[in-house]
Amino acid sequence: MSGRSFAQKILSRASGCNAEVGETVVAKVDLAMSHENAALVSTKFKEIGAEKLWDPSKVVLIFDHRIPANTVSAAEGHKTVRRFAEDEGIANFYCHGEGICHQVLPEKGHVLPGSLIVGSDSHTTTYGAFGAFATGIGATEMAAVWATGELWFRVPDTLKVRAENEIPDHCMSKDLILRAIGDLGADGADYRCVEYVGGAVDGMSVSSRMVLSNMAIEMGAKAGVCFPDARTREYLASRDATGGEEVFSDGDLVCDEHIIDCDDLVPLVAAPHSVDNVHPAAELSDLCIDQAVLGSCTNGRLEDLHAAASLLRGRQIPKGVRLIVVPASREVQLDAMEDGTIAALMSSGAIVTNPGCGPCLGAHQGILASGERAIATTNRNFRGRMGSPDAEVFLASPLTVAASALTGRITDPREVMG
Amino acid sequence: MIKGRVWRYGDHVNTDLIIPGRYLDNYDMSSLAAHAMEDIDTGFASAVRPGDVIVAGRNFGCGSSREQAPLVLKELGVAAVVAESFARIFYRNAINVGLPVIVCAESSSLAKGDEAEIDLRAGTIKGSNGLDTSFPPLPEKLLDILEKGGLVEAMRQRFRPCRPNTGPR
Ligand code: SF4
Repeated sequence: MSGRSFAQKILSRASGCNAEVGETVVAKVDLAMSHENAALVSTKFKEIGAEKLWDPSKVVLIFDHRIPANTVSAAEGHKTVRRFAEDEGIANFYCHGEGICHQVLPEKGHVLPGSLIVGSDSHTTTYGAFGAFATGIGATEMAAVWATGELWFRVPDTLKVRAENEIPDHCMSKDLILRAIGDLGADGADYRCVEYVGGAVDGMSVSSRMVLSNMAIEMGAKAGVCFPDARTREYLASRDATGGEEVFSDGDLVCDEHIIDCDDLVPLVAAPHSVDNVHPAAELSDLCIDQAVLGSCTNGRLEDLHAAASLLRGRQIPKGVRLIVVPASREVQLDAMEDGTIAALMSSGAIVTNPGCGPCLGAHQGILASGERAIATTNRNFRGRMGSPDAEVFLASPLTVAASALTGRITDPREVMG
Repeated sequence: MIKGRVWRYGDHVNTDLIIPGRYLDNYDMSSLAAHAMEDIDTGFASAVRPGDVIVAGRNFGCGSSREQAPLVLKELGVAAVVAESFARIFYRNAINVGLPVIVCAESSSLAKGDEAEIDLRAGTIKGSNGLDTSFPPLPEKLLDILEKGGLVEAMRQRFRPCRPNTGPR
């Protein structure tokens, strides 16, 4: 008999049933996040005919995709959501450029271990880094959650990704997740809950774990969890995030396992136009770049800015390259200003924008023209993702992006590391 | 019973291919639907007929959480999508907007233009090419959402204000 998984335990608690893998259960959610698409959700909510939110204290709204508004229609959408938040008494409404949803929610203490979180955004899996079961849903079902606090879930199978040994200095957790996605494929974890375990995960910061959970969706996973430890607890305590209950899979859980030895890890890039098209950066060093992007819910945190600055400080980016730095949150930006990181990046030639999604989704602040090539710390390189369908986006770690910005071509950071 | 012609596609048809992001500032579903699948099949939107069925390979609907992907297919009258596997957010969105989604690897023998006949409750697919296969029917909860035409309708019934009973007691 196999032991019970993290996913089964959380969905059992939230549904009041004994959740068996493959079954569909109706579960109560603990937190529901929406960004600008709250405009669409609120329309559906009204169509349903519900009178009020099931629990306004469990709904978090935030603007991050198009902030400040870049078009009249974006501004109209913001206006609709502002009015809705006011009418419904939603206190947790971050409308003044706090940063990207997936960074701000943990910072503000909304993410608790053991909780069931849904968001109308596919990268909601990020909160798994704190031991929550967190997953993305569509606008209509978010409207149903707003009305009832409940949603149906198919209880997922589990896939363990075991990362052994330590991540080398020239690599980051981004290289580990690119390796996993490259190995497993864009549908390699379809419907499953991925559990990241092993020495490399134990040894990494909470920010680095967020990269793993964030990109679980790029291999089709429903959720991607890193189990809580002393580091997690320290982070949560510093955010006054109290409550929640740590949940772990049983030791005798039987499930598939994929093992990666981090001793063999090299700086990687995902080439266009799919995230599982993964190659060593060193093999693509003849490809020139027009733009380098450091930011997003994947890699826009303080440690990412530090990593980039460690290569760029005191050096100049060539004229032909645009380096765009988008801090993931106001807090990240303030910290990076105080410790001199922003000054170092700007002195090297970087454009630093306000916190938010930036060019990640091709909405504003760094759209690519046809024939242009970018290297970015973001999470998707689908055709047309950052602007023109005839542009190319390569995905890599902050170190590799900074190294590439310095040389003007895709560059293994070891080439420029001191 | 679903009965219609087959449109055949391969693996990893992502949400950008189903409805390109460049059109998403438009919320009018009928004009949006005119662009459905255009980056892989320019003939689809104009030639698809109500009742037709899409048959695809692995990981249909991967990518973003955009609900417009199943919505445009439904708008055009697509009666069901049959695939070897689906990306999960697309799968959920499809059911929630009332578009049947069926996981059935055997249906890959169907080709473009074949006729397919699907019974959702019985879990059977018959094809004009001789295909006669079965799939596990969706759980009752999800069939119920589909039969009501989607989650909004299902919820609306739940939230319908109760009418005063004026009939005889
Ligand atoms: S940073 Fe990019 S991937 Fe993350 S939430 Fe914003 S648009 Fe989505």
